[in-house]
Amino acid sequence: MKGRITVQLRPAILDAEGKAIARALGSLGFGEPAVRVGRVFEVDLGADFGGDAEAARARLTEMAQKLLANPVMETFTIDVSTGTGGAP
Amino acid sequence: MRFAVVSFPGSNCDDDCVRVLTEVFGQTAFKVRHDEHDLRAPDAILLPGGFSFGDYLRCGAIARFSPIMAEVQAFAARGGPVVGICNGFQILTEAGLLPGALRRNAGLSFICEDAYIGVEGRETPLTRGVQGQVLRIPIAHNEGNYFADTETLTALEAEGRVIFRYVAPDGRRTAEANPNGAANDIAGICNAAGNVVGLMPHPERCAEALLGNTDGRRLFESLLAGEAQR
Amino acid sequence: MSTYSPEVIKRHGLTQEEYARIERTLGRTPTWPELGVFSVLWSEHCSYKSSRVHLRRLPTKGPHVVLGPGENAGVIDAGDGWVVVFKMESHNHPSYIEPKQGAATGVGGILRDVFTMGARPIALLDALRFGRPDHPKTAHLVKGVVHGIGSYGNCVGVPTVGGDVAFDPSYDGNILVNAMAVGVARADRIFLGRAEGVGNPVFYVGSKTGRDGIHGATMASEEFGAGSEEKRPNVQVGDPFIEKLLIEACLEVMSEDLLVGIQDMGAAGLTSSSAEMAARAGSGLILHLDRVPMRETGMTPYELLLSESQERMLMVCEHGKEARLIELVSRWGLDVCEVGTVTDSGRYVGTWHGETVVDIPVSALVDDAPKYERPLAPARRADNVHEPAIPVPEGEEYSAVLGDLLARPTIASKRWVYRQYDHMVRTGTVLGPGVGDAAVVRLPDTKKGVALSVGCNGRQCALDPRRGAAQAVAEAALNVACVGARPMAITDCLNFASPERSAVMWAFSEAIDGIAEACEALSTPVVSGNVSFYNETEGRGIHPTPMIGMVGLMDDASRAVPSAFPEAGLEVLLIGEGRPGLGGTEFLAMYDETPLGPPSGFDLGAQRRLIDALLEGHAGGLFRSAHDVAEGGLAVALAECGFGGAGLGLSADIPAEDRLDVALFGECAGRVVVSTANVAEVESICARHYLKVVRLGRCRGDRLTLRVAGQVRVDAGLSTLKARWSHGFEGAVE
Repeated sequence: MKGRITVQLRPAILDAEGKAIARALGSLGFGEPAVRVGRVFEVDLGADFGGDAEAARARLTEMAQKLLANPVMETFTIDVSTGTGGAP
Repeated sequence: MRFAVVSFPGSNCDDDCVRVLTEVFGQTAFKVRHDEHDLRAPDAILLPGGFSFGDYLRCGAIARFSPIMAEVQAFAARGGPVVGICNGFQILTEAGLLPGALRRNAGLSFICEDAYIGVEGRETPLTRGVQGQVLRIPIAHNEGNYFADTETLTALEAEGRVIFRYVAPDGRRTAEANPNGAANDIAGICNAAGNVVGLMPHPERCAEALLGNTDGRRLFESLLAGEAQR
Repeated sequence: MSTYSPEVIKRHGLTQEEYARIERTLGRTPTWPELGVFSVLWSEHCSYKSSRVHLRRLPTKGPHVVLGPGENAGVIDAGDGWVVVFKMESHNHPSYIEPKQGAATGVGGILRDVFTMGARPIALLDALRFGRPDHPKTAHLVKGVVHGIGSYGNCVGVPTVGGDVAFDPSYDGNILVNAMAVGVARADRIFLGRAEGVGNPVFYVGSKTGRDGIHGATMASEEFGAGSEEKRPNVQVGDPFIEKLLIEACLEVMSEDLLVGIQDMGAAGLTSSSAEMAARAGSGLILHLDRVPMRETGMTPYELLLSESQERMLMVCEHGKEARLIELVSRWGLDVCEVGTVTDSGRYVGTWHGETVVDIPVSALVDDAPKYERPLAPARRADNVHEPAIPVPEGEEYSAVLGDLLARPTIASKRWVYRQYDHMVRTGTVLGPGVGDAAVVRLPDTKKGVALSVGCNGRQCALDPRRGAAQAVAEAALNVACVGARPMAITDCLNFASPERSAVMWAFSEAIDGIAEACEALSTPVVSGNVSFYNETEGRGIHPTPMIGMVGLMDDASRAVPSAFPEAGLEVLLIGEGRPGLGGTEFLAMYDETPLGPPSGFDLGAQRRLIDALLEGHAGGLFRSAHDVAEGGLAVALAECGFGGAGLGLSADIPAEDRLDVALFGECAGRVVVSTANVAEVESICARHYLKVVRLGRCRGDRLTLRVAGQVRVDAGLSTLKARWSHGFEGAVE
């Protein structure tokens, strides 16, 4: 069982890094798209949850709430995959 | 006065804090490791600057789970003075001892230079009698951009809990004086009870004539005077 | 008959002759891991095979030298039971390929060289060279390198107190990143990289080993060609947090009597650290490679021996004290693992699950590595180069020229750089970046100060490598003397193009002689250093750049003197015997970027007298500021004296020369601008040292007005000039 937790700044908060990247893309001829920077945590849960995706999701949520994201300024999304192959 | 300086593996201003307290001010100061459970009965706690656990996640995010932080929490709850400098401030916000968060500097780069800091707000162990003064104190951080939601900011302002603000040398608030994009030019705040204080500038770096600046002395003197009054 | 194809041998950076020598030494075909071991230890980077015959000519001894070259870093006596430990090293090639990680791991590596000796690191400096500011890659490289240095130094908590940054087209395809680390230790607690004592266990401490940086050492020994940017996977990634843990763990271990020897795993990783430790002790070593902590699965002995994973140390522990070593290191959360044993076999042995996969005489790897006396062919003598034709500005146009010079990134304020470095952590920085001619850091628990300066003028070395190299030593010494410290010893980082070209090798040999002459004359021996060859791309080499790192000592750090005028009304004096010229100057580079000669005059005896006079004046507290006249000449130096401190201008008659531009912007070694309240005393000291003194007037006001032969040639507001100087660097890289 594998999970992917994506942490991003809350939409209302200025993302200075995203802005800088958008400017750089603009100077390379990509127009000036809106860019938001985030962090991705790939978590391999091994065989802990059998095939129970909801239980896995609950565990990943707990991880994000407790450590990986700071609720003061960040939000997170979670994807769970049951495959044993690469990242979801 | 007895000071416990909490030392995380990546703290790098812990020795500086101990040095200033002992050699410059003649106090008792000792390091307490992050994995200890006993603060050894201090009168005040300092959380020093540095990169507590490498801080590759958010600064202080991992440090707050250290065993010693439970003791710091308990000490703060009893009203004991707790001062977090730079990374220490970041840890205090992550631990929920102070509101808000410290984001990456708006200019996206590390900044090490002198900043002018207006001391204001309510009386705290660190600012007793220093309010109204402008101090020149160095900053050195990559994540010093104070953030809190509007309600929190309003409450901090209304309760006089913004105790340090980036200002111009003459004390005026200007856009240029704010080095990192901090909300309301905030350089330091305190908790509702006033005993827990966090600030980004490093007073321990400017407490000796040899280093060309002694403005930081006044904050330490306030800390010591408070104990004398008790 | 070789079982390896010529192609495989070439990919290991070995010539056919070198390979044949390996077979002769072993009496058989080397195993695959053995081939790897030879390839890295016999690389230019590790073996110094082209430079060793020349390096012997450097003076390395002196009454205050505790340890000269040969150990991980040099050591000098600072008195009161303290020693100063320092070294400079290049990380040029990795930094060009991946600037952030390349520079960061350069800092990490040089720090390990210093704390390996038992010293607490107290300062870092970085000498950087980039290509022309408008080259398409320059801005990216500058940002990456500065970010890399900052992110690493800031996290480990060692202040970056100084450095030197310059731009020149010769570095377009080969930037230079030379990092210097300085530490302090108690004189009786110095640790050496020696594997001594038969039966003593060998411990691996620090990060796990991955596949990063395999063949980094051979990469640093090849010139760049098209496609070298594809070498990215070779570049190591640094972890400053682990380095911080490693510093604390090592210093804690060293505070108890547990270790016999210790060495960091730098270039060529486990192989070079272990082989060098055995070679220094004249012992042997057996390593159980399967015990090495691994980060990746399926790693082979070859990879484990050659990996350049960062933040790793090798320790030889006194037998019987293993448990305490493991306990101390484990507290810091680091891997610690017994991987081998010291033997007296004189052989370097590696096993893999009980099977011997490497068995080589230690001497063959280190002391008997190939040595070459490569052919030398003098390059065209710079003296023959004609004076260039340059436009001679009219009237007050010189004010504008001065502004342009001040805005050139080589001269402009480096605040954009050092603002990104924590230069104050450890609360020992007395003079930080941009304040004095040298940085000053206090020596812990004493009143003493350690003064530090790095630099080298590559253009002067291109015109005349011998004189340029000597001048680099002299200027670094002068910088240190300007702040009030006595120059004690140097470390060097000799950056050159391919040694296989006779003109390059000649320049190298000349530079060695120049350094040797200057070090003899100034009593500043060479105690550590490094050589970086193959700084060339597609046949185009860098200027010879023998970077010098000078360490000075002063009794009272609180008396350190800044560069800029501190107070209105002080008398400003120009001291020194140097006669300025235009050859290789920054002024000339505005008109023609190839260095043109002839180089400026240079007199080592006069340098020595100038340093002695400065120190005598400092002892009497006569100087309130002191600044050497370097790139940009006298006009630039005087402007700079007004940018810091009290922000004071000057109205002065400056000495006339053959040409107006020479008087204003001409360069030469050996001139200093000082401010003083006691002119008579300074003049009498200078007279005793046979030095010329010119009174330039009193510093005051906010304008810089310079007259030559009675006519005003420069007249500008300091704020106007300062604006150019303040934004020149940022403007070039942002």
